[in-house]
Amino acid sequence: MTHVDTPVGKLLSGLDRRLGAAKFTRSKLNYVFPEQFSFLFGEIALYAFVALVATGIFLMLFYSPSETKTLYEGSYAPLRGVEMSEAYRSVMRLSFDVRGGLLMRQIHHWAALVFTGAVAAHLCRVFFTGAFRKPRELNWVTGVILLMVILLEGFMGYSLLDDLLSGAGVRIANAVVQSIPVVGSTAAFWLWGGEYPGSGFLGRLFTLHIFLMPALITALILVHLALIVRQKHTQFPGKGRTERNVVGTRMWPTYMTMSTGLAFMVGGVLALMGGWLQINPVWLYGPYDPFTITSGSQADYYVLWIQGALRLMPPWEVRAWGVTVPNPFFPGILLPVVLFGLLFAWPWLEAAVTRDWRTHHLLDRPRDRPARTGLGVAAIVLVTLLLIAGSDDVIAVEAGWSIVAFRNVERILLLVLPVIAGLLAARVARDLSRAEPLGADAATEVPAPASGGERG
Amino acid sequence: MSQAPPPARTARRVTLLFLTSLAASVAFAVAYSVAASIQVLGLTLGIAMLALGAGMAVWSKRLMPQGPFVEERPDLEPTPEEERAAAEAFVSGERAIGRRKLLGPLFAAAAGMLGLVVLWPVRSLGPRPGSALRVTGWRRGARVVNELGQPVRADDLEVGGVITAFPEGHVRSADAQTIIVRVADAVLRPPAGREDWAPGGHLAYSKVCTHAGCPVGLYQADSHVLICPCHQAAFDVLDAARPVFGPATRPLPQLPLEVDGEGFLVARGDFSEPVGPGFWELEPPREDRQRGAS
Repeated sequence: MTHVDTPVGKLLSGLDRRLGAAKFTRSKLNYVFPEQFSFLFGEIALYAFVALVATGIFLMLFYSPSETKTLYEGSYAPLRGVEMSEAYRSVMRLSFDVRGGLLMRQIHHWAALVFTGAVAAHLCRVFFTGAFRKPRELNWVTGVILLMVILLEGFMGYSLLDDLLSGAGVRIANAVVQSIPVVGSTAAFWLWGGEYPGSGFLGRLFTLHIFLMPALITALILVHLALIVRQKHTQFPGKGRTERNVVGTRMWPTYMTMSTGLAFMVGGVLALMGGWLQINPVWLYGPYDPFTITSGSQADYYVLWIQGALRLMPPWEVRAWGVTVPNPFFPGILLPVVLFGLLFAWPWLEAAVTRDWRTHHLLDRPRDRPARTGLGVAAIVLVTLLLIAGSDDVIAVEAGWSIVAFRNVERILLLVLPVIAGLLAARVARDLSRAEPLGADAATEVPAPASGGERG
Repeated sequence: MSQAPPPARTARRVTLLFLTSLAASVAFAVAYSVAASIQVLGLTLGIAMLALGAGMAVWSKRLMPQGPFVEERPDLEPTPEEERAAAEAFVSGERAIGRRKLLGPLFAAAAGMLGLVVLWPVRSLGPRPGSALRVTGWRRGARVVNELGQPVRADDLEVGGVITAFPEGHVRSADAQTIIVRVADAVLRPPAGREDWAPGGHLAYSKVCTHAGCPVGLYQADSHVLICPCHQAAFDVLDAARPVFGPATRPLPQLPLEVDGEGFLVARGDFSEPVGPGFWELEPPREDRQRGAS
């Protein structure tokens, strides 16, 4: 009965007959993807993650998570004879004495930056188009959890190198954990294995970074994708597109080929960046010691906003009834908790305000939702200002400004600029929406009755 | 789509891209085996992947069915009958469980307790803080040594000079690290109770920033200010290291110094306050408490 005679076709039909998967296979091969460039951010993130896993497997075979002090005798002359941790030495060896090692390291680091950036862009796309609305609230929540795990994973990754820069980052992280009310000092002692710098911390970080966190990210990505497949993609309103259909190209062969092509292109760009653009040259920073420091320290941008918040926070803390809520708690813990809390709650907050609890498969144009668009722009401006504050010392030195005056200006801007930008964005959105209303016919046109199996 | 090139030309373009990728892959393998530079490796690998990906993108966009195809969405919301049937299936089981009134709550208590105690091993992760955050390696009579472990003489440091110091036997200790700055005797204006803590103008403060723990490593001798490069907290060494800029709220704890019979700097005890970033159990500093009382 079979009319499938290619080798892969035979394999598929063989599986179909043993697993009863024929119907599933057919429906997935014919899965329809609506095409829009902004839908690719999530895919770029996915492929950057694949690149991270691939290069990460190579890197972990050479990295040694040990704080034991040793003398450097490798081929990088300026550090010869310098005392350093075994961890930092293994990174030096990887960078200078392992063939292809530096390429892998740099691709890995660039991939982490592209990954977090693509995730952030994907988050913005989903937010501004209202793709988080019913029935996709659960996938929104999955995505926000992913974002948190990814930021933490990235921070853990570059903390492993035990260079002067990352060491300062770990020191700050310890202080931030220690600032948590009631449980802070115990939590810090448990995580670090004692008073800072603790004992065996790099080993714990390594296990988390290469096993637990990637496993968690993989599991969350699978849930994220399974929910998409179950609920199908959203689509922008347009000719023939309704709440009851999906219009676009099919998974097989067109979309799968295109998307795999995108995966290779992401890999290609990362390989070019890894080969040509220097990133995190730890040999210039030198090894970490708790009593050494350099000026102009910078975190990677995806945690730099917390660094900025730590800087802009005025010198206040709570001291009452014999206890202290230290200053770093407010920018380092409370601010991220509030921001992520708002992100988690957003689908329900918005529905409560708009009283729109209906199912939506058609996306909003950002201009048609001025309030949401304005709020989103305000949030982006806020985080951008915090990012800038994270490098404000470098900016002030380069520009020849007084850091004292600059920081006060930043504090005022942080309070004022998001509001202005948000109001302005809402205004522009409203005008655009009026100037170019959504075609009345677009959303209401009766869908073509073709089923998934037929060519439309 | 009307200006799209004819399929034959597109196919030639894809062929060219795939051939480019093939050649670049071979070049990458060769470059790797002759240990070529990172730029050559990145270039060949990058071209191999970019050309392959671009070829696939063009192939899919130009030579594969574009549709538009239409797929109907499944109705995810259940009908009232389906909902009722599912609810009934659950409720009948729930009733069977509820028939034994004691077992349910008892099970919940036992399972909950088990869930709690399997978290207990978390206690093995590290010691409890105890007094660790309040004490350092400094003791009365402990000699001041530099980062190489060499004892420091009172006249080793010029006025305006600065040195990182540790208690003898605790070189490179993270919490005992101390920064000693020497200022002219004339500008010293010690607070009450600290009049004799800075022999010869040697002011010793904890090098651990009271904000987030970075080393307070920069000293501006002309303004007598210690600065932490992480968040730019600044402390006035002449005014008991009180914070004068940035996010720090507490002064750097001071280490009382004296000169021993052989002319070496020694400590007269531990720091004036717990060192480093704050924590929940940290009592407000003395002057706060006095202010609160008055």
